[in-house]
Amino acid sequence: MLVPELTAATLLGDLGKPLGDPLAGRAILELVLLGASGGALGAWVVLYGFSYSAESLSHSMLPGLVVATLVGGSLVLGGMIAAMVAALAMVAARQMPGLGSDTAVAVVVTTLFGAGVLLALTPSSPAGLANLLFGDVLGTTDGDLVLAGVTAALVGTVLFVLHPRLLASGFDRDAAPALGISPRLAEATVLVLTAVVVVVAVQALGNLLVLAILVAPAMTARRLTRRVAPMMIVAIALAGVGGVAGIYVSYYVGAAAGASVALALVALYSVAGVVARVRKPT
Amino acid sequence: MTAGYSGRPALTDLNFDVRAGERLGLLGPNGGGKTTLLRTLSGNLQPLAGELDVRVRPATVPQTERSRLDYPVSALDVATMGTLARLPWWRRPGRAERAAGAAALGSVGLAGLERSPFGTLSGGQRQRVLIARGLVQQAELLLFDEPFTGLDATSAAALGRLIDDLAADGRAIIVAGHDLEQARKMDRVLCVNGRQIAFGEPETALDIDTLEATYGGAVVELPGRPGRVILPAHHHAGA
Repeated sequence: MLVPELTAATLLGDLGKPLGDPLAGRAILELVLLGASGGALGAWVVLYGFSYSAESLSHSMLPGLVVATLVGGSLVLGGMIAAMVAALAMVAARQMPGLGSDTAVAVVVTTLFGAGVLLALTPSSPAGLANLLFGDVLGTTDGDLVLAGVTAALVGTVLFVLHPRLLASGFDRDAAPALGISPRLAEATVLVLTAVVVVVAVQALGNLLVLAILVAPAMTARRLTRRVAPMMIVAIALAGVGGVAGIYVSYYVGAAAGASVALALVALYSVAGVVARVRKPT
Repeated sequence: MTAGYSGRPALTDLNFDVRAGERLGLLGPNGGGKTTLLRTLSGNLQPLAGELDVRVRPATVPQTERSRLDYPVSALDVATMGTLARLPWWRRPGRAERAAGAAALGSVGLAGLERSPFGTLSGGQRQRVLIARGLVQQAELLLFDEPFTGLDATSAAALGRLIDDLAADGRAIIVAGHDLEQARKMDRVLCVNGRQIAFGEPETALDIDTLEATYGGAVVELPGRPGRVILPAHHHAGA
């Protein structure tokens, strides 16, 4: 027979192909784990209005990532140090007279991102800059998977235990002290967890795309749900679906994996927008 | 006592008290220090000088326009938040706590709306949900920040009755606002405008000198109408 028979079995076999491929299978597992942290935490990032802070944090990490690559050190360590320097610089810039807090963050981000690019373009730098910016999810190692799993467990535990307090403080900051809650502590918890997730996810999704897994699923889930716990669950599911879809697209079309994942997550947001609009009249 | 932000006093010369079962009207212009005083009483701000002795648990009922309508919580979620005051930080509200939240919603006349998203409720209903949160907190001092603003006459009257009932149950109530008629219905009034102007029963405290000092304008009697009208200070310059 010249034409291969297209049966359900071969079709399913084809769909299973990326899962059988060691690189793609690992990438999917990594994205599902990152999606669990990113989706759940993303709900709080969105509700607390921290999207811009999260984005700033990830972009400001670039110099640390570049230096880590140059000296052959750990990306996670480099990212963590850079994130701390960035946070301190933002606090310092905020104290300067005449600078609003948004402007202060923008100044710090631009300076640090520029410094990172400058470092990356020195003749001695290895050719890994694109990976730092856009990620290398197909290069996921066993170590990366363990780290993503530990992060998901950590984020999940903290968010589960503190859920009622985060909810009350985000809803009404002024009423929090009378309820025995420190709003600053609640906000710091969300920001610190955000820094951890961004640092862990940057290897897979890169400095520019890591926000996609943190903000896009949560924004989408926000349109489909009316309470926070369902919003988090839907966001986790959407992050997983977007991750798998992105890897499939990249596997069959040959597109860049990180970018495919980011676009799949944004596409889900558009679909949810249509769904929410259709459902509204009822 | 003196209250204010980071060393800048917003309100000085304070000397007043509120008793259990009493309704205190807090009267003053915008920017006169009402909210600063409420934030100090609720523990959000430390007094800058002097002594503040709050012996009971306070709860704030904020302006509902300032609360977040886009926040994904149900009426029951908000009422149940009041139980966090009594739970250690690692404990999540369970079935008993949610039952307490539902009971409080029932006592403010919102039975059946437990599952409604907070943002879809009317202004008067949202106010009641926030009162329910204070009741669940078992607060004995309820601080209302301009509760009548934005309410229609029916909702305002119902809220007034609810506040009376809460006081009759033995709670101390402080109602901040700039409505003179509402203030006259209170047991005592505290007038502020950067400093304490007057404190006492409405009939004696709310004289013309006090009102002029409180609002920084002139109080005039309009012919043919009972009561007085306060002209804001800037009207003099314009006319």
